[in-house]
Amino acid sequence: MKILVAVKRVIDYNVKVRVKGDNTGVELANVKMSMNPFDEIAIEEAVRLLEAGTASEVIAISLGEAKCTETIRTALAMGADRGIHVKTDEELQPLAVAKLMKAVCEKENPDMVIVGKQAIDDDCSQTGQMLAALMGWAQGTFASKVEVADGKAQVTREVDGGLETVSLSMPIVVTTDLRLNEPRYASLPNIMKAKKKQIDEYSPEDLGVDAAPRLKTLRVDAPPPRQGGGKVADVAELVDKLKNEAGVI
Amino acid sequence: MTVLVVAEHDNQEIKGATLNTVTAAIALGAGDVEILVAGENCQTAADGAAAISGVSKIRMVDNALYANALAEPFAALVVSLAGDYSHIVLSHTTHGKNVAPRVAALLDIVQVSDIMEVKSPDTFVRPIYAGNAMATVQASDEKLVITVRGTAFDKAELSGSAPIEATNASDDPGLSSFVGQELTRSERPELTSARIVVSGGRGMQSGDNFHLVEAVADRIGAGVGASRAAVDAGYVPNDYQVGQTGKIVAPELYMAIGISGAIQHLAGMKDSKVIVAINKDEEAPIFSVADYGLVGDLFEEMPALAAELDKQGIKPR
Ligand SMILES: Cc1cc2nc3c(=O)[nH]c(=O)nc-3n(C[C@H](O)[C@H](O)[C@H](O)COP(=O)(O)OP(=O)(O)OC[C@H]3O[C@@H](n4cnc5c(N)ncnc54)[C@H](O)[C@@H]3O)c2cc1C
Ligand SMILES: Cc1cc2nc3c(=O)[nH]c(=O)nc-3n(C[C@H](O)[C@H](O)[C@H](O)COP(=O)(O)OP(=O)(O)OC[C@H]3O[C@@H](n4cnc5c(N)ncnc54)[C@H](O)[C@@H]3O)c2cc1C
Repeated sequence: MKILVAVKRVIDYNVKVRVKGDNTGVELANVKMSMNPFDEIAIEEAVRLLEAGTASEVIAISLGEAKCTETIRTALAMGADRGIHVKTDEELQPLAVAKLMKAVCEKENPDMVIVGKQAIDDDCSQTGQMLAALMGWAQGTFASKVEVADGKAQVTREVDGGLETVSLSMPIVVTTDLRLNEPRYASLPNIMKAKKKQIDEYSPEDLGVDAAPRLKTLRVDAPPPRQGGGKVADVAELVDKLKNEAGVI
Repeated sequence: MTVLVVAEHDNQEIKGATLNTVTAAIALGAGDVEILVAGENCQTAADGAAAISGVSKIRMVDNALYANALAEPFAALVVSLAGDYSHIVLSHTTHGKNVAPRVAALLDIVQVSDIMEVKSPDTFVRPIYAGNAMATVQASDEKLVITVRGTAFDKAELSGSAPIEATNASDDPGLSSFVGQELTRSERPELTSARIVVSGGRGMQSGDNFHLVEAVADRIGAGVGASRAAVDAGYVPNDYQVGQTGKIVAPELYMAIGISGAIQHLAGMKDSKVIVAINKDEEAPIFSVADYGLVGDLFEEMPALAAELDKQGIKPR
């Protein structure tokens, strides 16, 4: 079984983002970038399937600017076999990412694609489902457990009311939720080995995909600030304030 | 132009989030609003939808194929109906997030996720970076798929009486089947629609200690939530998680107990009207968003709070 895993380069989850003074976006200069945390979970899942002998090859793909190769190297250091970089400096929106990944799927014929359930920058939660639709495949979204047997995958999904299990015909797209696994840290020898692994590069033109954005960002604003910092001395004052000042109980 | 709202329901009752989504659909100002109720033996749910104010028609699809709202057949159904509509609107819940992108991709149109404000039929405000920035975005496509953040819109009233039109099922893509579910049963209000939410974090130390949270919650009629750390540690089920990657809540009162206030947690609750924090660390970031912060040990403060609520005669509303 061949697995393709998407790894997106995003602002590190510990960074407190700031809106730019001219309201065109958020400050990205000199900000720490990392692999989207859900994509670390995606790579981990694929590598575990590889180690278990269920998968035969794991390919990490990232789409975007030149520096995405760093994110691909991280995935290779975690255990992916090779990388694919779809290189563009243009803004990529989920539908375009899905179309580009479809073109790659048609070249590589994976049995499973694993992506994050959402990227923590744009929080769209669209890409995996869109790819599944374009391929005409089933989707196992927000997965907390994936088991493969006899051409089917049984996926346990985190849904609003609890957990749901579905049986899906392969090939499939899986989107990872937080509790699927705990990603490993790459060891130094594996980081060194990763430098020698192959990364193929394509442009959107090579793949014959029109990746132009169809959603225009008109402006970006900081959210209204919240006035916090109030303190109470004890539970009696707390209950009194909630009842008589805020009127919420 | 007509707008289609995809209702979420359990074949009996329409979920609260759909009421907020209808308000957003009406705010589009694009034209009539119709509701799709697809399920198995879903007449009662369709009747419920027909009572929502401001809706012109209910399209009911009653077929075993939609019993569990699997994304593959459900999206195929929505696509088969899409020709009649300018906007297809879903709630930004796990159901909406599962189905909407599939519909958008099959129609080759953009999806605008998690909108918090409608500026015009093609322009919306949506949060990015865990709500630390608000993007105003404009779509160029003729037809749009939208998911709606429920807490940003009021619930629609229930004084309508729209006609119900039976509608045909579409083909089964035959890709998926339902195996089972493990739903969390709770007598308490559902998190995203509760008027009050009390959440516990890693500071609770164990699942057993959550009875301290529940004791306070039950005295004020609150839903119970948790931080990711508490869910990961197995204190409570996954569907309790509040935050960027869990549930977004904006109740009248949110109480954070033994929660530090990480960006990802704040993203899920900072639009609450009143925020209370109980934490033993006075430097905890949660205090910077709290209206009423109480520095103290939760194992003393929570039982004392329950007793104080009794003493001051507070009852659930
Ligand atoms: C130079 C540049 C500037 C941009 N500027 C903006 C901006 O100002 N405002 C704005 O809203 N958007 C901007 N974008 C687009 C944005 O970064 C996202 O790529 C796009 O909106 C996808 O949304 P998402 O990541 O939230 O998708 P989701 O659907 O939430 O992503 C889910 C999963 O899909 C996969 N995935 C998604 N994208 C990629 C990718 N590129 N490579 C690998 N895997 C991927 C990952 O596995 C991810 O976990 C910019 C992109 C680029 C390249
Ligand atoms: C991709 C990603 C997504 C995430 N999504 C979410 C999300 O959706 N929701 C979420 O919540 N988190 C999320 N997180 C995790 C987040 O970063 C924090 O790790 C998490 O919120 C911490 O939970 P906590 O506040 O309960 O634990 P901690 O940060 O460990 O805080 C525990 C607090 O309890 C206090 N405490 C301890 N004992 C007591 C006592 N006896 N009395 C009073 N106070 C006490 C401590 O002072 C401390 O402030 C995400 C992280 C990542 C990387």
